[in-house]
Amino acid sequence: MTEPAARVRHLTKTYGSGQALVRALDDVSLDLAAGEFTAVMGPSGSGKSTLMHCCAGLDTADSGQVLVGERDLTAMGDKEVTRLRRDEIGFVFQSFNLVPTLTAGENITLPLSIAGRRPDQEWYDAVVATVGLGDRLHHKPSELSGGQQQRVAVARALVSRPRIVFADEPTGNLDSRSGAEVLELLRRSVDDHSQTVVMVTHDPVAAAYTDRVVFLADGRVVEELRRPDREQVLEVMARMSAPA
Amino acid sequence: MIRAALKSLLGRKLRLLMSTFAIVLGVAFVTGSLVFSDTLGRSFTALFASTVGDVVVRPVGGTTTQGAPSTQTLPAALIDELADVPGAARADGNVTAVGVFVVDTYGKVVGGLGPPALGGNWNDAPAGHGLTGLTVQEGREPRRSGEVVLDERTAERAGYDVGDRVPFVTSTERLNLDAELVGIAEFAEGGSLNGATLAQFDTATAQELFLEGRDVYNDVWVTAEDGVSQEELAERVREVLPEGVEAVTGDDAADEAASDLLEAVSFLTTFLLIFAGISLVVGSFLIVNTFSILVAQRSRELALLRALGASKRQVTWSVQLEALVLGLVGSSVGLGLGVLLAQGIRAVTSSFGLDLSGQGLVFEPRTVVAAYAVGVLVTMAAAWLPARRTARIAPVQALRDDVALPEGSLRRRLWAGLALAVAGLAALAAGLFADVPRAGWWVGLGVLAVLLGVAAASPVLSRPFLGAARAAYARAFGAVGNLAGQNSLRNPRRTTATASALMIGLTLACTMAIVGDSAKATVDESVAESFVGDYVVSSAFGGEFSPAIADRMAEVDGVASVLRERFAFGERDGDDQGISATDPDTVDDLGLTLVEGSADPLRDETVVVEESWAEDEGVAVGDTVTLDLPTGEARWEVVGVFEDNPIVFFPLLTTVDTLLAAGFADRDNYVVVDAEDGAAAGLQERLEEVVADSPVVTVKDEAGFAAEQREPIDQLVLMIFALLGLALVIAVLGIVNTLALSVIERTREVGLLRAIGLSRAQLRLMITLESVVIAVLGAVLGTVLGTFFGVALMRALRDEGLDVISVPVGQLAAFLLVAVVVGVLAAVLPARRAARLDVLRAIATD
Repeated sequence: MTEPAARVRHLTKTYGSGQALVRALDDVSLDLAAGEFTAVMGPSGSGKSTLMHCCAGLDTADSGQVLVGERDLTAMGDKEVTRLRRDEIGFVFQSFNLVPTLTAGENITLPLSIAGRRPDQEWYDAVVATVGLGDRLHHKPSELSGGQQQRVAVARALVSRPRIVFADEPTGNLDSRSGAEVLELLRRSVDDHSQTVVMVTHDPVAAAYTDRVVFLADGRVVEELRRPDREQVLEVMARMSAPA
Repeated sequence: MIRAALKSLLGRKLRLLMSTFAIVLGVAFVTGSLVFSDTLGRSFTALFASTVGDVVVRPVGGTTTQGAPSTQTLPAALIDELADVPGAARADGNVTAVGVFVVDTYGKVVGGLGPPALGGNWNDAPAGHGLTGLTVQEGREPRRSGEVVLDERTAERAGYDVGDRVPFVTSTERLNLDAELVGIAEFAEGGSLNGATLAQFDTATAQELFLEGRDVYNDVWVTAEDGVSQEELAERVREVLPEGVEAVTGDDAADEAASDLLEAVSFLTTFLLIFAGISLVVGSFLIVNTFSILVAQRSRELALLRALGASKRQVTWSVQLEALVLGLVGSSVGLGLGVLLAQGIRAVTSSFGLDLSGQGLVFEPRTVVAAYAVGVLVTMAAAWLPARRTARIAPVQALRDDVALPEGSLRRRLWAGLALAVAGLAALAAGLFADVPRAGWWVGLGVLAVLLGVAAASPVLSRPFLGAARAAYARAFGAVGNLAGQNSLRNPRRTTATASALMIGLTLACTMAIVGDSAKATVDESVAESFVGDYVVSSAFGGEFSPAIADRMAEVDGVASVLRERFAFGERDGDDQGISATDPDTVDDLGLTLVEGSADPLRDETVVVEESWAEDEGVAVGDTVTLDLPTGEARWEVVGVFEDNPIVFFPLLTTVDTLLAAGFADRDNYVVVDAEDGAAAGLQERLEEVVADSPVVTVKDEAGFAAEQREPIDQLVLMIFALLGLALVIAVLGIVNTLALSVIERTREVGLLRAIGLSRAQLRLMITLESVVIAVLGAVLGTVLGTFFGVALMRALRDEGLDVISVPVGQLAAFLLVAVVVGVLAAVLPARRAARLDVLRAIATD
């Protein structure tokens, strides 16, 4: 197996204090292998979003380490983290992924133009072709459907060839057909271009597109599946929600 | 519903208060000007009530139309006659002169500008209605020559105590006097002299000093016996009066005098009210903007209220209720600030000599009513547009994710705005070039209509500018520039409404800059064209001074000749008519070119007239000009017509003796000194010695004279700039407010940008660039409109002798630069706020 794209070591994060203390992350350690499509699942409040936010440099943990490549995210200042997000991480959020004033094409290249770089034309064309939006590049987001908007967001996440793409419930707001398109897109980026993708989801169908599912409960990794299918995922979920 | 409205108000209080700032300022100006003019009125009324008797008997034409005593007097014999009138307790004669300046212990004149320096005779007659008039507080009254009584405030300002010698400089024939201070007097009933100074001598001395030693008086007070009213006494007095003498009740005389003075300072309150208007107009833009943004942000909440059963009207009125509360708060703060402002104005005017410190601020109930009416009405009217739009929010929108507030068509706005601007232009043109009554209103409302029209049309009109700005930004600043440019295009209404606030202030500033610069250029040109002789002796604002100055200058070593010019006002067909006068043989020295007739020497009782005036009035050589003067009607023959010449201030020129005979006091306004050949060295210093101790009289060569003429223009322009600076502050707050609100509105977008790698510095740059676009847009619109108004105004004033149009390009460029700086500064807080946004929370916000 290749070098992991990111490593999480003993990550702990709590909210509140005293009686109201919530352990969002409780000594989580995890390797995210390069070129793998990983799903993070768990009931709400299990810490899956917090884990993703900490890995992506959007949130800080109380203790523990997050290494993206060889670099320790938890030791960086805001400037460095911002640059790391810009250069090494791609994002797809559940909704509101695009800047409404920019065209689809401008949105795709935004992380690069913020960095003052030009997109690699060949790669850009390849991404746009994969996403299948060639004729919509000059439209504003408000002129695109929800599914199209999410595909633009995926294209944006891929265009800077980031080390990892984080997707936070990317299909949560979509109908099943559009959702399937987005998931296939992510899958293909892993298969064809060895892109590392980490996706938070609560949808077993979505999880079935991945190589590996990590289950979180009460801030801990409780279960893991490799090459999951929908039934396996459902079974684990049922077991987790059953009273102990 | 009310509770919901108030809750939402409290939740946004800081931001709302910022947009109320303009209302606060507007109300403060209204309050300030009302309080100040009431205070002034009360003070003058109190003063004049103490300075008139029950009945005042005076010669018709006893004062000139400008309010100064003329040479028309009453004989002493009349006093005894008046004292015998049934119902009269006593009659006392008064001697009054203006231009009797007290010189303080440092050799400086006390007062000097504005309020008069009064001289006269002491008498102990009671003022009207049995009020005790001037009363000696310390020492005693003056009894013989060489003794004087000063009012308390003047003695204090000059630093004299009883027993000191007080020097005077006068604009009467006696240039210098001095007298022993034997007493200090005060108005027993209160009433401040408002900065005027008062020096009283015994009657014989006063007559000698001011009335050439004749036993005559300027007016007579007749005091009523108990139970006789002022009207009754006046009636009876009138029966014994000879031709050419009139009697008025003390009440009327006091009102007359007070209203004359109030009118003289009314420009100050007018000025303040104009600025109140400006800041309210600018403020209403900001309120429209703020409420539009707030309503847009809350549209989902409002839709929810509708879904829960609130009627359209209730939703609309919940917004209006917020405006009401805001208006009340703004007015209250403004009211307080206005009182402080009035206090400030009082302090400033006292430094100009109008000393009101003896009178507490007058706070009439009307002031409060006006303040609240203005503040609340403007706020509610401005909020009405956005409030009305809320009625179009459908209840179902509460269930949707993205609620777009319906907006009116931009095209309709464009046409409405253009129509308004055209109507404004028409009104402006009518006011400036056509002969309409109340031209000032036409011009003012025309300008307002143009400004509002352009503001309404600007979302469409300024699109090319915003597009160009976006392109330029994208080129210069890459992605960040592109984002900033796109943001300013995103809601052109909001961008342009914010810019319009700045536009208004800058329009007026540019107009003033052009008018001021042109006026100065005109002064320079006319001084260069018409300056004759080598030196000009003048007093600030063309004030009058003693004829002794010209006499003494004629004797100074190296002076070849001296030419005096003086001014007077008579009435011609009921309108004021200015008259210039000079010595008979100096028409040539003035450099006048006669186009008709001859005037060398100019004979008494004849006039030469200015060519343009002669044309306008249809007067030609051989005609007679009829004027009402202090001595009655005068008929002067027109003997010549001269080419317009700015050194002759008024279109009629007659002789000095003619004016003296017509009852005008013997005072000069300008003296032109011609030097002997080769006498320049040290001459100016020698001439200056003559006027060394005279108040505000100076000797200037051509350059100095031009500078002196420019000075009042500079001061006025500076004062207007200072007030327009306030409009600028309001506009800056408007930009801050709009940016801050739109940052909040775009929280998620900001979060997204930060998540995908926009650094804090880049975010701050983006918001600063947005701010600069708004500011520069406002500045460009303002500069263009201001230049247009300025040039139009100057064209209209061409007939008034202001025929040079000068556009101060450097100054206008500086305004644009200031706008950029303003933009950068306005962005500081909103940018910081945006940069501090927690990325996670921003993304999570819905």
